Amino acid sequence: MQQIRFVLNDETVVIDSISPTTTLLDWLRETKRLTGTKEGCGEGDCGACTVLVGKVVDDRLVYRSVNACIRFVPSLSATHVVTIEHMAGPDGVLTPIQQALADLHGSQCGFCTPGIVMSLYALLMEKPTPSRAEIEIALQGNLCRCTGYESIFRAVEAAAAGMASATPDRLTLTRERIIATLNDLKPKRTIRIFHGQSRSIIPFNTADLADAYATEPNAVIVAGATDVGLWVTKQMRQLSPVIFINHLTELQTIDETADKVRLGAVVTYTQAQNVLAKNFPALGKLLIRIGGQQVRNMGTIGGNVANGSPIGDTPPALIALDATVTLRSRNGARSLAVEDYFIEYGKQAREDGEFVEALEIPKLADDEFYAIYKISKRRDEDISALCGAFKLKLDAAGNVASIRIAFGGMAGTPKRAAHTEAFLTGKPWNEATVSAARAELAKDYTPLSDWRASADYRMLAAQNLLTRLLIETSGEKASLERYAMLEAGE
Amino acid sequence: MNKMDTSFPTVINGPLHADRRHDSAHKHVAGSADYIDDMPEPSGMLHAAIGMTDRAHAIITSMDLSAVESAPGVVAVLTAKDFPVNDVSSAHKHDEPVLTDKLVEFHGQPAFVVIAETRAAARQAARRARIEYEDLPAILSVAEAKAAGGKFVTEPLTLKRGDADTALAQAPKRIKGQMEVGGQEHFYLEGHISIAIPGEDDEMTIWASTQHPSEIQHMVAHVLEVPSNAVTVFVRRMGGGFGGKETQGNQFAAIAAVAARKLKRAIKIRLDRDEDMTATGKRHDFVIDYDLGFDEDGRIHGVKAEFAARCGFSADLSGPVTDRALFHVDNAYFYPHVEVKSLPLKTNTVSNTAFRGFGGPQGCVGAERFMEEIAYALGKDPLDVRMANFYGEPGSDRVLTPYHQTVEDNIMPRLVAELAEKTDYRKRREEIIAFNKSSRVIRKGIALTPVKFGISFTMTAFNQAGALVHVYQDGSIHLNHGGTEMGQGLYTKVAQVIADCFQVDLDRVKITATTTGKVPNTSATAASSGTDLNGMAAYDAARQIKERLVAFAADKWKVPEADVEFLPNRVRVGTDIIPFPDFINQAYFARIQLSAAGFYKTPEIHWNRATGQGRPFYYFSYGASVSEVSVDTLTGEYIVNRADVLHDVGHSLNPAIDKGQVEGGFIQGMGWLTTEELWWDGKGRLRTHAPSTYKIPLASDKPEIFNVELAEWSVNKLPTIGRSKAVGEPPLVLPISVVEAISMAVASVADYRQCPRIDTPTTPERVLMAIERLKTA
Repeated sequence: MQQIRFVLNDETVVIDSISPTTTLLDWLRETKRLTGTKEGCGEGDCGACTVLVGKVVDDRLVYRSVNACIRFVPSLSATHVVTIEHMAGPDGVLTPIQQALADLHGSQCGFCTPGIVMSLYALLMEKPTPSRAEIEIALQGNLCRCTGYESIFRAVEAAAAGMASATPDRLTLTRERIIATLNDLKPKRTIRIFHGQSRSIIPFNTADLADAYATEPNAVIVAGATDVGLWVTKQMRQLSPVIFINHLTELQTIDETADKVRLGAVVTYTQAQNVLAKNFPALGKLLIRIGGQQVRNMGTIGGNVANGSPIGDTPPALIALDATVTLRSRNGARSLAVEDYFIEYGKQAREDGEFVEALEIPKLADDEFYAIYKISKRRDEDISALCGAFKLKLDAAGNVASIRIAFGGMAGTPKRAAHTEAFLTGKPWNEATVSAARAELAKDYTPLSDWRASADYRMLAAQNLLTRLLIETSGEKASLERYAMLEAGE
Repeated sequence: MNKMDTSFPTVINGPLHADRRHDSAHKHVAGSADYIDDMPEPSGMLHAAIGMTDRAHAIITSMDLSAVESAPGVVAVLTAKDFPVNDVSSAHKHDEPVLTDKLVEFHGQPAFVVIAETRAAARQAARRARIEYEDLPAILSVAEAKAAGGKFVTEPLTLKRGDADTALAQAPKRIKGQMEVGGQEHFYLEGHISIAIPGEDDEMTIWASTQHPSEIQHMVAHVLEVPSNAVTVFVRRMGGGFGGKETQGNQFAAIAAVAARKLKRAIKIRLDRDEDMTATGKRHDFVIDYDLGFDEDGRIHGVKAEFAARCGFSADLSGPVTDRALFHVDNAYFYPHVEVKSLPLKTNTVSNTAFRGFGGPQGCVGAERFMEEIAYALGKDPLDVRMANFYGEPGSDRVLTPYHQTVEDNIMPRLVAELAEKTDYRKRREEIIAFNKSSRVIRKGIALTPVKFGISFTMTAFNQAGALVHVYQDGSIHLNHGGTEMGQGLYTKVAQVIADCFQVDLDRVKITATTTGKVPNTSATAASSGTDLNGMAAYDAARQIKERLVAFAADKWKVPEADVEFLPNRVRVGTDIIPFPDFINQAYFARIQLSAAGFYKTPEIHWNRATGQGRPFYYFSYGASVSEVSVDTLTGEYIVNRADVLHDVGHSLNPAIDKGQVEGGFIQGMGWLTTEELWWDGKGRLRTHAPSTYKIPLASDKPEIFNVELAEWSVNKLPTIGRSKAVGEPPLVLPISVVEAISMAVASVADYRQCPRIDTPTTPERVLMAIERLKTA
């Protein structure tokens, strides 16, 4: 059976033919006429289109908020899609968060509200009594232009206070039934969906993926779609064939050993959060400043490396850690340093038929200091103007034993600061050295001016980050921490 | 009849001056509030997409649309030739074509329209056009416009009182400076959308996301060459407006209407976010040049200033916007001698337009910079300089504005004293100065800034409104008025007016979509005037019906009119108590007219632009805020730690809704002044045209501690509806305190000896560069 099957609210949907790039949002609004889910931006930034997607993971049904505007329908096989229309009970009784938002003036124009309801419902499902910091993090992917957010916080707090006494809502009551249904809907083999000239391939396993990609090296591989989605909604590109991989359990593994952490290619930011925050606290804090919650629920760290962005939030952090990327094809696998994966702007060291299978990140030694400094115009849900990552080891005399420095936003690719590293190595780690190293940084990078920052600012801030690193290695705090970061970073 | 029914409440549900939630709150949270794109589509409806140019200033030498026409799903392609009246200029200057086929005046200006079976097909096809251009030199900024001789899109204004030149020459101290104040994208969550449905004869029905249905009606009639009575415009609600839907929807409604007429099909046009941000106007950015004369006490002697605005390619609302900037160059301060002028400059950028505050906030930013300059020059707490310059008590010699209106109700000194006291401003400032002495990297700042905002359209004629109220036989009430609902709670407040007037529960009042068919000749819902105007018009309608009902009851029951009383959900006639529906039913059978059209025009206002004198504003709204920030002096990043607001809305009709307006206005203004940066490249392309690149505040940008209070003691001295005051725009000005707090943190690196002169928005880059400037000065 070549069909995509999933559950939409309380209906099982079976689709025989659909374009690989039909977005969930358009399908909901135009085909299903479920218009409660709104389009605000079409690029996963505003959250007006937020819906929940539930999946069975280790026999548990886990719902996550996602951006319907950049989620392609063929990626929904064997999931439960929940829209705002399914939040209130069949009797019309609102969920506690909906009731509180209505009663406490959490909506004004109301256009962002369905998305905010979905994000906050997802938050309360996981954290019934969230802190203000946790509420902020849950709302990083939801823009509201009217309320100034304060009334929304009040509503979440009121809803949380009343959660314990609330009657179980629809999703809670249907959990077992949905798990059984989704297990039934799981494909038993690779699925190919045709729609006019375009095709979707939903491989059954990694071996099928390798075969399919070997046969069609021009196919577009889509994991979280947080980047590819915009090719479609903004550039109006028509992609085919598209191979969807986010469901592949072999690529969803997280393995932690004594000396490294291995992330499968489709591990999302959300899934990686705990293990990375535990082993690399600075990386944990960076992750919650990437995209909004919906993007982190969809987007994968493998994809962040694979797409080769010059800024790419995680690559500088991974390069400083000397992480490696594993590329697989039908002919086998090979590993290379993440650093070597980025050849130049728009060009990566990936051969035809090769896909990213995993990332391996060596753990830090006790005497290694690791820091990531991301600078953006807006603190959260913004792309870096520049992002510097540093791994530093001092010897007993206080000299630099080794240092790895990588920056994003300073060159055509995420790139190491070779001159600066060489200059610093062996020198005493003090103000005089750091001051002298500023000139080295100017040899390493020739940043551009654009809408995120000017070249002058980028260079000056990058140089100042060396100073920040120096101060912070001495234990003194030299960067701002909003309460959200303090509480939620680790 | 019911003489002693204790089941009647003592007060109605939803009276005036009480918290009531937004009328659509339940629908908002349930996802069942319909915006225009959510409505069931007429059968056979087609979709339109615009084709945009990609030059800032050029002549189109050829436009090959054959590939567009042959694209899948395309039904028709329209160009300027299809618009016999190719004009949607709201300022009636004929400077805004619907589509251009020759002269391109800004990057993204629409040149053609694709009509297709689906929206996606239309958008895809629009990309296939091949347009050739002959480039012309493009003027993109205020500086370039001035250098090129400064062509205006509309007439400049000068406000003058006293002799500024002499005052400046004789003042003990003098400072000259310049400030750039950035523009702002509205970022209403619902973008522009129109549906046009052709009817019989020359009729056209339009559903548009607009703050100004009457103007849409006039524009559609204009381009279709039909009388206004052939066009009916509807809008139930907008997903945000903020001024961006005052005139900017005209073009899209016109496109939909002309296509609908041509193809005899319903047409929907809904812009993509990037198109919306590229092709529609924004808040005006200004370059302010100022010359201040003052004394050792910090008191201003004279002010001269020039407010140069980037208006874009056409007049649109730039005239009244730049006027209003000048009307607020005083903010809360008395200038003994003043001369200020506006320069509404033409540029090859999208035509800037209304945005919450309408130039007023830019004027206020200038005024607060003046105070800051003086404070740093004298080494004073800026609050002391502000207080020294506030308007005086009524009757004093310090009450005249630069436009010769007397400030009669100045509550600023009381409001600011209360806020400073409540927030411990003085002590916190001392603590922060102490903290900064010992903190190497992180520096803090605190500031208290006020806002005084003039309420009324400065175009006197716009200060009128209508309403239509029906009471049906069952006692249910149908309310309609000329105001539009964009989230501000206008419908709720006006419904409260009606409920209060008839003394019935709020849910007895049905709020209906704004339409030109029920209330004609309306003004835009703008200038914070929605409730003042429409509340009064609705009250007038209800009053007429009520008067008829009282006369009817007095006549029927043979009691004096004074013995007819509207009690909660019932009417007392002499000793009889009659439930409201029964009472209405009896009135119907007595053939009482239960419908009325209400009308209101703001009294007392007048304005002579030629002399620069008059009383453009009926009254002023006041407010103040204290903000505290932390700045990272290595990177220029910052966090707003705390903000406290005390704001005046007179006797609030609905404190919960008004507080929401103040909170939302503060954060929106903070975004404008901090992270929201419009960035055009050298070719005049707006590169921050989506939320990925244009950063409005998130929940995590909100001050960590955010306290907003209304000045509960304030009552409008003038007979406005319920003695309330307008609330829409003034709060946007409050977060100037955030900018000045950042500035103080920056100033700490040079021991507060220099005014940092940070332009807005205060991006981390601007902050860090200011720090560098001060360190090396």
